[in-house]
Amino acid sequence: MSHLLREHAPITAEGWKLIDEEARERLTPGLAARRLVDFSGPHGWEYSATNLGRVENANVSALKGLEANRRVVLPLIELRSRFQVSRAELRAGDRGAEDVDFDELDVAAQRIVEAENTAVFHSWPKAGVEGIATSSPHPPIVRKKSFEDYPGCVARAVELLLRNGIAGPYGIALGGEDYTSVVETAEHGGYPLLEHLREIVKGPLVWAPGVKGAIVLSMRGGDFAFDCGQDLSVGYESHDAESVSLYIEESYSFRVLTPEAAVAIVAPKGR
Amino acid sequence: MGFDQYHEPPEELPEQTRTFARLCASLTEEAEAIGWYEQRLAVERDPEAVAVMSDAVGEEYKHFSMDLEFLLRRTPKWREIAQGVLFREGDIVEHGEAAEAGADDNGEPGSSDAPGAGSKASGGVPGGGSLGIGSLRGEGL
Repeated sequence: MSHLLREHAPITAEGWKLIDEEARERLTPGLAARRLVDFSGPHGWEYSATNLGRVENANVSALKGLEANRRVVLPLIELRSRFQVSRAELRAGDRGAEDVDFDELDVAAQRIVEAENTAVFHSWPKAGVEGIATSSPHPPIVRKKSFEDYPGCVARAVELLLRNGIAGPYGIALGGEDYTSVVETAEHGGYPLLEHLREIVKGPLVWAPGVKGAIVLSMRGGDFAFDCGQDLSVGYESHDAESVSLYIEESYSFRVLTPEAAVAIVAPKGR
Repeated sequence: MGFDQYHEPPEELPEQTRTFARLCASLTEEAEAIGWYEQRLAVERDPEAVAVMSDAVGEEYKHFSMDLEFLLRRTPKWREIAQGVLFREGDIVEHGEAAEAGADDNGEPGSSDAPGAGSKASGGVPGGGSLGIGSLRGEGL
């Protein structure tokens, strides 16, 4: 039996199908890190740490001629985002209702998406995650408030990466405001900003909820490593007569292997 | 044309399913190559040629194993069944039947949770639980 304990939930196979489909639909669009960085796994729930190949001195004995080293590993983070589903709504789904209320699931999915993106792109110190933008030694490029210089900012970021020997293709993680502006803005002459940026980076432009500003990064591989233990899954916690308590869960670690391989674009201060 | 791995119009298939189909095709090719080398080695009398082909078939074993591992990682139900069959002593058929029954107990009989087809159509796998999202590398605007 899996640790997710799905067999114990008062949910039919059809109900689980609806829940999983809804979760997948809500999670997938915003998972920006998985579109831009190297992904390893899933290695399973039992997988606890990423091998770093390093050791630290662990000499605890005064015995001569004895050397002890302790392996240094990067522990995985477990993320769990809880939600409830009404049993009446599940029964409606079993009867074929097409508008089952999964509002809490949607909120839980968004929460875990933002947590994953925030950790990968901006760091999560308490969880031991150093993020891409935080690790970058390059000073952030400050865009204009109006976004009119956005292609120039992205081109400067790419040029900075090239100057540091970081080859492309490149991708961009776009925070909410940046994404909206990029999608809806046309430059002088009506040319879509989106198309212009795509020509500059030669890689994907990705909606990244939880990201502040934008981050241009290399996608040549080998620079950023997302190590997945348990991939995003829905598990069961408890139930009563009215509702079922479930959760979305994942475990992962993240490492920046080449801090120079990313440049942040930020909004001007005093907005 | 070399697009025979697609059974459905490629433009209608999600990216994950196209990747999955490519790896399935690759797995098939590696298995074919292993079979061919086995036959060649059975009839070859030149020891030097045997040495060269023995080395070559080792590459095919590696490629086949890598393809298989990739596909199993992307397909939780397949992985679950494979775990009940592979690297076990005893009756292979019995292990297979038991592994399949165990996997079916955890979901709808015959349901597939393969990426692409599975990622949209499956989900009724209460015991598995993984949503099969995995890597989305390269997907974006």
